[in-house]
Amino acid sequence: MKYETVVGLEIHAELSTKTKIYCSCENSFGGSENTRCCPVCIGLPGTLPTLNKKVVEYGIKAGLAMNCEIAEYSKQDRKNYFYPDLPKAYQISQFDFPLCEHGFVIIDTENGQKKIGITRIHIEEDAGKFTHDPYRNLSRVDYNRGGVPLIEIVSEPDIRSSAEANAFLEAVRSILKCIGVSDCKMQEGSLRCDVNVSVRPEGQKEFGVRSECKNVNSFSGAVRAIDYERARQIEILESGAEVEQETRRWDDMAGKSFLLRSKEEAHDYRYFPEPDLMPMEISRGWVEEIRESLPELPHEKKARFMAEYGLPEYDSGLISVSDGFSKLLDDTVGCGAAPKEASNWILGEISKEINERCITSDDVPFGGQALAELIALINKGTISGSIAKQIVPDMFESDKSPEEIVKAKGLLQISDEGEIAKIIKEVFEANPKAIEDYKGGKTNVRGFLTGQVMRATKGKANPAVINKQLEIELGKL
Amino acid sequence: MSELIFKTAHELADLLEKKEISSEELTNAQFERIEKTEKYIDAYISLNKEGALNKAREIDRKRAEGQKLSHLAGIPAAIKDNICTKGITTTCASKMLYNFVPPYNASVMDRLSDTPILGKANMDEFAMGSSTETSYFKKTKNPFDTGRIPGGSSGGSGAAVSASEAIFALGSDTGGSIRQPASLCGVVGFKPTYGLVSRYGLVAFASSLDQIGPFTKDIHDCALVLNEICGHDEHDSTSLDIPTADFTKALTGDVKGMKIGVPKEYIGEGVSDEVREKVLEAAREFEKMGAEVDECSLSMMPYSLAAYYLISSAEASSNLARYDGIRYGFRADGCTDVDEVFFKTRSEGFGDEVKRRIMLGTFVLSSGYYDAYYKKAQKVRTLIREDFNKTFEKYDVLLAPTSPCTAWKFGEKSADPLEMYAADICTVSINIAGLPAASMPFGVDKGGLPIGVQLIGKPLGDADIIRAGYALEVHAPKISPEIGGAR
Repeated sequence: MKYETVVGLEIHAELSTKTKIYCSCENSFGGSENTRCCPVCIGLPGTLPTLNKKVVEYGIKAGLAMNCEIAEYSKQDRKNYFYPDLPKAYQISQFDFPLCEHGFVIIDTENGQKKIGITRIHIEEDAGKFTHDPYRNLSRVDYNRGGVPLIEIVSEPDIRSSAEANAFLEAVRSILKCIGVSDCKMQEGSLRCDVNVSVRPEGQKEFGVRSECKNVNSFSGAVRAIDYERARQIEILESGAEVEQETRRWDDMAGKSFLLRSKEEAHDYRYFPEPDLMPMEISRGWVEEIRESLPELPHEKKARFMAEYGLPEYDSGLISVSDGFSKLLDDTVGCGAAPKEASNWILGEISKEINERCITSDDVPFGGQALAELIALINKGTISGSIAKQIVPDMFESDKSPEEIVKAKGLLQISDEGEIAKIIKEVFEANPKAIEDYKGGKTNVRGFLTGQVMRATKGKANPAVINKQLEIELGKL
Repeated sequence: MSELIFKTAHELADLLEKKEISSEELTNAQFERIEKTEKYIDAYISLNKEGALNKAREIDRKRAEGQKLSHLAGIPAAIKDNICTKGITTTCASKMLYNFVPPYNASVMDRLSDTPILGKANMDEFAMGSSTETSYFKKTKNPFDTGRIPGGSSGGSGAAVSASEAIFALGSDTGGSIRQPASLCGVVGFKPTYGLVSRYGLVAFASSLDQIGPFTKDIHDCALVLNEICGHDEHDSTSLDIPTADFTKALTGDVKGMKIGVPKEYIGEGVSDEVREKVLEAAREFEKMGAEVDECSLSMMPYSLAAYYLISSAEASSNLARYDGIRYGFRADGCTDVDEVFFKTRSEGFGDEVKRRIMLGTFVLSSGYYDAYYKKAQKVRTLIREDFNKTFEKYDVLLAPTSPCTAWKFGEKSADPLEMYAADICTVSINIAGLPAASMPFGVDKGGLPIGVQLIGKPLGDADIIRAGYALEVHAPKISPEIGGAR
């Protein structure tokens, strides 16, 4: 039997506000344990939360960017459970009146564009970190992360494969980064997700019984967790048994999920309205103000790159999901470069360099002017394309312009016909076997000879001039 | 012994301002008194003699230098032990917090920064109780009869003021915890409109009901303390952002034309004859002074006790969940894993009444029971509010008993929690509706035990209560307890 996978995601994104959600502690990553805490965020008796308005603004921003309706009335609720990293033994979250509802995000799939529904987006506080040190038989709690603002984005069960889930996660990440509400650094845990998976025989209308996978901390982890869960559930169904509704824990190292609790053991969080915080009345004027402040969103950028720059859909899609790349493209084109040439450099050498350096597209140290200059140097014949590739790493290292780097390193292209002719002759002398082969009819040694000339000039020779002179010199043989 | 301690705060404020006395002298006199009578009363969990005297000297010095001081500067007070005092143990009368020293001040304590803190007053554990018998540390005695309870939960605060062991005191009122002990100890107790006094630093029992307020010797003092503690606080989102009033402006003695309602449900069944008679007597005094007094009805009153215990316990179950032995306070010994730390700490750290309410609150918030209990209680809450709103279209102030009976003997109601809960029948609906209300002494019963009458105001009608109370006070007999055979 063929099965269809049904996936819904709950994404937690840390917001990049200056301060925490309910106190004035700094909101940042790292640092010594328990140094960014105060009586409020460690929940000392008698303390009270006061809502950081910026968190609401960021939540609304995310909602608008994901086409949600923004609530006129919203409130915060307590989610009660015991765990050492939760200092009040309740998390302030939102239950029945979330900030945003009924939105959607458009993703690209192999069958074209698809709309993934957003059920809701709500604001809540993060917990601290609880770790166990087995060597010293000691448990430690660090409350630095406690009270860091989060939004939880809940999708509709509209996703049908792990690839679609990945596309959805990428789309959400690019939107959040683009609107500047989260830096979405997976390695710092600022984007995490829970994955709800069920399977059903193809053609069946009703959903199958779902399981929820927690502790998924990367996009690739989400993909593998979904594939694992699909296989596990199909195996159960094929054996004639039934899938149980349960919460599972994804172990990324093992590549497996493990039962955390069954439906019967499910937590009763005893949600009730947070009496320490007033309900929120969100004025339409404020929402419109925030809407107007929204930057151009990734899918809007993609459409523009295709229409205005004439870039292929593939290039436009890849560049538009990155804020850094989009800006670099716009600036480079603004400085007079051809869009396709700019795109090639961004998706080619620059991307390669970023990957090698383990940095992100936001961390490219040079702007559009430098890239446009590099492209112009090639087009003017000042340097060759291969030299240009050589200096890209230098552009990441120093703040010199491409032209300055070229001059400093003596990489100016050799276009002098006489000089190149002289080098060709030297190459002929050094490679008598190749010349013999050529004379014997093996014309493909031309490529080898061209390479030797390039090598002799350390890649500085103008390829067009080599071609022309090689033609002449070979003709003389 | 100095007679200063028998004076009121407003008398002492004048003497201090004229530099006829010093705060140090007054504070010393207060500790002398405490040394003499505390063995009979047990009003305090901890004393703060050195801190109080240092503060007193600081105030005296500032006054000598001509610095600007608050009106009550240098007048020593008792603070209920659930109000966080920086550097001074704040236990909530619980084993759970027996060693908790707050690193920060409650906002009210910052407002009272010129006040020498005599000590932290005893209370029912986490303010849950009506007799102060659930305190982990000690039983506070009623100064009028040390065989009887002082009321609760702010029993230590009420007894301290009544026994002249403090010039004034702060308490907290979630369902009557200021007014009822004030009534039983023969002093003035005031619960302000919800949101008028910051709750920041008040260890939460039921967040939507809790409110800090004063215990004083008379209405004038009450107005003065309210002037100090009321006002907006950005650390409390439920704090009202409104201009602060000068409550002493309501000390006119004039109630002509004031409309006073006596809700019949509050003087019906369950209220002792003597208490009812005092309320009606107070009504007649108001009439004589030119107020328009009328019987009225608050038909939702019979549902208030159930709604109160459901809402307050639900909030408490969540508010008290943080006492898990991980960060501060008591932690049980001999635990081998985290769950055991939670279970053992909470089993050993909380007393029976607190556990009872946590269990009740956890139950009413549970899935499957939420709608039937918590949600329904919230609906009743809305109806009670509307009931009061309608009544206050016709009246300025309502007059009612504070407690259905006078102080009872130790142990008399401890065996049956429901009987104890019923003692709050006259006070809980005021918290449910967020209204201001005061209890003021109005004579004694046959056994010489104080009877209090309750004045209830409309939202932000706190000054109306002061105005009515000040006028009525003239007609109330002066009462004071005998402790150890002396005044």
